Amino acid sequence: MTPNQLMFAIFSAVIIIFSILTVTSRRILRAATFLLFVLVATGGLYFLLRFNYLAAIQLTLYAGGIVVMIIFSILLTSHIAEKLEAPDLKKIIPALFAAAGGALITIATILQHKFPVEVIAGSNRTDIREIAKSLISTEKFGYALPFEVISILLLAAMVGAIILAKKRKD
Amino acid sequence: MFEGVPLTWFLITGTIMFFVGIYGFLVRKNLITILMSTELILNSVNINFVAFNKILYPDHLEGMFFSLFIIAVAAAEASVAIAIIINIYRRLVDINVEKMNEMKY
Repeated sequence: MTPNQLMFAIFSAVIIIFSILTVTSRRILRAATFLLFVLVATGGLYFLLRFNYLAAIQLTLYAGGIVVMIIFSILLTSHIAEKLEAPDLKKIIPALFAAAGGALITIATILQHKFPVEVIAGSNRTDIREIAKSLISTEKFGYALPFEVISILLLAAMVGAIILAKKRKD
Repeated sequence: MFEGVPLTWFLITGTIMFFVGIYGFLVRKNLITILMSTELILNSVNINFVAFNKILYPDHLEGMFFSLFIIAVAAAEASVAIAIIINIYRRLVDINVEKMNEMKY
């Protein structure tokens, strides 16, 4: 087993175990903490694949921003010691059936499919200079338009969140 | 194959994470845990994009940019969803989905 395989095994085991714990834990704050572990392990996978910038974004925005926001909203809306009621069996069985069936079908398809073995030569340059150039380039493989659209989306989300969550006068 | 790690391993990890998220989405009743399941689903898609990009098309950067934009959309979605959840909590003092049969105020 090479070091890469070992690191992948560790990250993937953390992802799978803690994502299962995230959806089954009955204490909601613990579920949020398990979600944090899953997101950090995903950032580790990005580091393994040498996408350093994406891994940094994953750690700061996902593991830092979104999880903190979720934990704040948990603290605002529920009591820490409170345990969620266990879902009844009538709901678990169809959901488990759907999830396990879908997972089995997808994994079987993945294992059957022949992915091209020969690797295209050349490696992508993932340094920040290249990424920044692509993000504001309007030529082929440039992402100027999605970049602008996402800025409008973020502005709209910010305004919407403030309007939705502010106190009304009535 | 990326330095000894086959592509299928990444895809299987992503698949399991995705369907665990689906399970949580179907079973959970609390709105915040449903939001957490959605984050799991979005994150598993990111793993697939990045693995495809690195292993099948190492001379491009498309998968990374798609993941970047998905992360941005997920952040926007989470912020609006949490604003809605807090608003609902203020009105109904409960964030159980089954008690939420009217969204219009």
